Amino acid sequence: MTEQSSSAAPSTIVNLLRRAWRSISVPVASVILALVIGGIILWLSRADPLAAYAALFRGSLGNIDAIGRTLEKATPLILGGLAVAFAFKAQLFNIGGQGQLLLGAIVAAAVGFGIKGLPFIIHMPLALLAGSLAGALYGAIPGALKTYTGAHEVITTIMLNYIAINITDYLADGPWKDTVGIEARTPPILETAIIPKWGPIPIGFFIAAAMSLAIWFLLYRTTTGYEIRTVGLNQHAARYGGVKVARTVILTMVISGLLAGMGGAIETQGVVGRYQPGFNVGLGFDGITIALLARTHPLGVIPAALLIGAMQAGSSRMQFDAHVAAQIIDVVQALILFFVSADIIVRWIIRVRAEEGEKVTLSTGWGQG
Amino acid sequence: MEKTISRPGLSALLEKLRGSRALLVIAIAVGVLISFLTNGDITTAVLSSALRQSTPLVLGALCGLLGERSGVINIGIEGQMLMAAFMGFLANVYTGNLIIAVTVGVLTGALLGALLAFMSVTLKMDQIIGGTVINILALGLTSFFYQQGLTTHGKLQPIELGPLADLPVIGRVLFSNPPITYASLILIFVVHYVLFYTRWGLRTRAVGEHPGAADTVGINVKMVRYINVIIGGGIAGLAGAYLTLEAVGSFERAMTNGRGFVALAVMIFGKWTPLGAWGAALLFGFASALQTQLQFGGSSIPHQFIGMLPYFLTIVVLAGVGGRSRPPAAVGKLYQPE
Amino acid sequence: MDISIVVLQANGITKRFPGVLANDHVDLILHRGEILALLGENGAGKSTLMNMLYGLYHPDQGEIWIKSELVRLRSPHDAIARGIGMVHQHFQLVPVMTVAENVMLGAEISGFGGRLNHRAAEQRVRNLSQQFGLEVDPTAVIEDLPVGMQQRVEIIKALYRNAEILILDEPTAVLTPQESDELFRIMRELAQQGVSIIFITHKLREVLEVADRISVLRRGAVVGTTTPAESTREALARMMVGRDVILQIDKGKARPQEVVLRVENLAVEDDRRQLAVKNVSFEVNGGQIVGIAGVQGNGQSELAEALTGLRRYTAGHVTLLGETMNAISPRRMVNMGAVHIPEDRHKHGLVLGYPVVDNMILTDYYRAPFSRGFLLDRASIQAYAERLVRQYDVRTPSIFVLASQLSGGNQQKLIVARELARKPKVIIANQPTRGLDVGSIEFIHRQIVAARDGGTGILLISAELDEIISLSDTILVMYRGQLVASVPAAEATREGLGLLMAGVHADAIERA
Repeated sequence: MTEQSSSAAPSTIVNLLRRAWRSISVPVASVILALVIGGIILWLSRADPLAAYAALFRGSLGNIDAIGRTLEKATPLILGGLAVAFAFKAQLFNIGGQGQLLLGAIVAAAVGFGIKGLPFIIHMPLALLAGSLAGALYGAIPGALKTYTGAHEVITTIMLNYIAINITDYLADGPWKDTVGIEARTPPILETAIIPKWGPIPIGFFIAAAMSLAIWFLLYRTTTGYEIRTVGLNQHAARYGGVKVARTVILTMVISGLLAGMGGAIETQGVVGRYQPGFNVGLGFDGITIALLARTHPLGVIPAALLIGAMQAGSSRMQFDAHVAAQIIDVVQALILFFVSADIIVRWIIRVRAEEGEKVTLSTGWGQG
Repeated sequence: MEKTISRPGLSALLEKLRGSRALLVIAIAVGVLISFLTNGDITTAVLSSALRQSTPLVLGALCGLLGERSGVINIGIEGQMLMAAFMGFLANVYTGNLIIAVTVGVLTGALLGALLAFMSVTLKMDQIIGGTVINILALGLTSFFYQQGLTTHGKLQPIELGPLADLPVIGRVLFSNPPITYASLILIFVVHYVLFYTRWGLRTRAVGEHPGAADTVGINVKMVRYINVIIGGGIAGLAGAYLTLEAVGSFERAMTNGRGFVALAVMIFGKWTPLGAWGAALLFGFASALQTQLQFGGSSIPHQFIGMLPYFLTIVVLAGVGGRSRPPAAVGKLYQPE
Repeated sequence: MDISIVVLQANGITKRFPGVLANDHVDLILHRGEILALLGENGAGKSTLMNMLYGLYHPDQGEIWIKSELVRLRSPHDAIARGIGMVHQHFQLVPVMTVAENVMLGAEISGFGGRLNHRAAEQRVRNLSQQFGLEVDPTAVIEDLPVGMQQRVEIIKALYRNAEILILDEPTAVLTPQESDELFRIMRELAQQGVSIIFITHKLREVLEVADRISVLRRGAVVGTTTPAESTREALARMMVGRDVILQIDKGKARPQEVVLRVENLAVEDDRRQLAVKNVSFEVNGGQIVGIAGVQGNGQSELAEALTGLRRYTAGHVTLLGETMNAISPRRMVNMGAVHIPEDRHKHGLVLGYPVVDNMILTDYYRAPFSRGFLLDRASIQAYAERLVRQYDVRTPSIFVLASQLSGGNQQKLIVARELARKPKVIIANQPTRGLDVGSIEFIHRQIVAARDGGTGILLISAELDEIISLSDTILVMYRGQLVASVPAAEATREGLGLLMAGVHADAIERA
């Protein structure tokens, strides 16, 4: 993707439109292609693709409640996508979003039910902060591992995901288990920790959107953002320029983890009301799809998350009305990821040529720098 | 990162730990001996279990290593195993023929290997994303198409190798195993021979270390990568077939449970060689077997902590405790001959 | 040596890349046993042409005839089959494999089931070594061999495949003058035995020394073919560049001031934990250019990196502008007024993925006026970049163009602009004009001399002996990590320096 400069190129309306088209044409075409192929798969398994997609639409955008559900689903996706996109800017692959999210969720729950007697204005942000910090700390681990031992973050973050699942299972089944009932889950959080809705619209969504803007600002208008992007594009030149690379890598992973942790906290405080295992699995990979769909641009994460969120929100309606297994959404998502990353295929189909500098290589082996 | 940026105290500690690989092996050997002398049956059971647990790991590591030796990172081993497990399972359900089922599994893995090669070599996609695509696709497709209640027609049974199987301990552990387990042991040596003693292996390794050198003497870098990744895929497919057709006998959603990633750690710990991978896989298998033993032996440690063990061990290995190792020089890098 | 037999003929070879015509209807004739030099400055299209003769690229137009047969070279495989061998400028050897393995790669002697026969290959390598006087140990591992020997392995690789036509791409770039002489001896020996050689270079001196015929390439086209007997350095330079070239820069006398950089007993390790710099001591004064001559690989890279904070040093003291530096960091250097023009502009000097404007603040982004506290001041950054691009003649359509789009010369000018615009007190310049066209080289040399005249102290490290002799006031020679000599520039000779660079001890020369 054309690396956005800290300064803006002079632009006419035509230039702007042309650039916009170049940016979104591939993601848009990828989505359409994926839906078409998904439809073919549905047809092959003897379902009616049009009915399925119609139900999907109704379930996600058909009425104000559906839209509310879509926004709800989109919220952790925005944060998960931001986490991955942000890490990408430093050439880091954070697939640990899921683990960071789980820890964020359970810590927020713990603060939510464990601390009593605080007013909303303190309790809610406190729980949110606690969850975010839990994610941040968990993100620091692979960051430190990479910096001090060279361990590649792809595997360490995936391993930490499994470890996080075990830790949260243990906590929900042990020390933080709800004494009421036999299910392995935490007690519900207190009312003062709940992130409210504004009608059917979850406030958490606005928090997530605000974070998107904040990250954009951080990356393109601050010295820290310049350092992060420089490290991502050329670590050696960054050192030459005086950037402390090790610190930057860890900082990036900390912020990335913080975002994912926040996503988990908002899920607990805004949607579920407590921590129970088995919720929202797969966010790590969803985050990658969204980050790439957004071409790793922090602002692009919002529409991408809305799209995937819509699909997830509408999937239960689709299952109910059109009798189609909800997992087709996973397949479509995988296809979207495929097309968005194999953008050569898509470009060939829609005849858009790649600009010089549009492609970014994300990996160069196992942490050899 | 250019250099390990560690403070003097930390680096000295790491150095000491790195020399401990040999120590680790000796400690385990001694432990096993003591255990055998105190309780032969449990020891045999644990060792058998260790070998069984290590089989998909070593096969996965062979897959990873064939790819990486030719310069292609494969983090889609998990997806390849899962898909192969599923397809093998389906083949077993619909044909009842275990040999066909295993073949289907292997071919599935090879097909996904071809997809990975296509994405990495031809489309020049980022290799890690390519592997991720395979993982997500496999998870999505297998979850979508899996329906409960399908009945299978049994699984592959152990084959006793005559009098050898009667030997104490090693007889039960090594010589009465089902076919895929034997196959994996044979494969380790075959891959080792091909990689280090044949023309094909030399070319593969050259492509992974310095594709330019291979290219300029007329070797077709792309084809070498394709073939290695596809064969590796087939081996991963065998691992998947092992899970449903030999180990468990049925399919479960996401049953690979991270083994594909642990296989990568096995590969790295084994220094990208088949024999090294075998040793590492046995180590990991042993840890898993120990975990099961402790779990059912009534330990007071919460089972989740024991469950974390293989993943934790993987991280420890990656952090270089036990020696820093060097992958093929050109791994993961896009080869652009201008 | 029947010099009249034409072994290779190329007619009308044309090759276009996006935005540039690399080769423009090039004609070439090569006779048996002849050494043909292809002369041209960096970027003239020499390597492109040779890559087509080796099957790595395909010509858009034109024909290639080998031994009177029209051929299509679709890959190195075809070229090798036709008897063409190539020794690349950047060696194409697998570092972790042995000489024999590298030589036989792709043409392996193998037995049943593809089993490798190492012994047979090693024997063949020994035979070839003896036949052509190229001493090499077939069982040695490439990364342990010195550069000159690695080059021999490349030559043996070609001979192993029965090459009758050998293409050498800038072979002396990494050799001492003495090693270059040795290479020329080998080339003549090969030519005697009937091997035809095409020798690519930008060095005028060598061409006159070893070639039978010289073809000069400029901007992708052949501008003339001549012989050493019929030409001079000046004439060749004029053909190469298209105008009169000042081969020696005009420089006034130095007026050195106080010491700006003092290095004492410095020791630095390389990436393999071996000592690359051993006990080096020297001083640089303000208003003076100290040049360090030496073939690459003798510790210069490590020295430069240690002095500029990119690498730790294990012993010794560095005093910069009067301050003892216990730990050097790039940031600290810049704050003190010392700048670094790095050896590898793509690795350290630039971020290729950034536009020109973002590269211009790579070493300054954190301070005013480019940022206030946390926030970047985009307007100031843009204005600064515009000004510098104009001042330092960085040819680019706009400051928003990606650095990767610029030519090598303009990329280097960007770096020079960025570092010199700060009016530094110390400059450490490592191979500042490597791979550049003549125009850029002249420009950067002028900038360096201007800085010196303004009172800046400059440490110039270069493998180009002409550059060192031309610019330096004092010349140090680095060999195997140590400074083996210090010579005032006025007294230095090419031959003398060459011997020192090859490790012949200073007093041995005196005794001679």
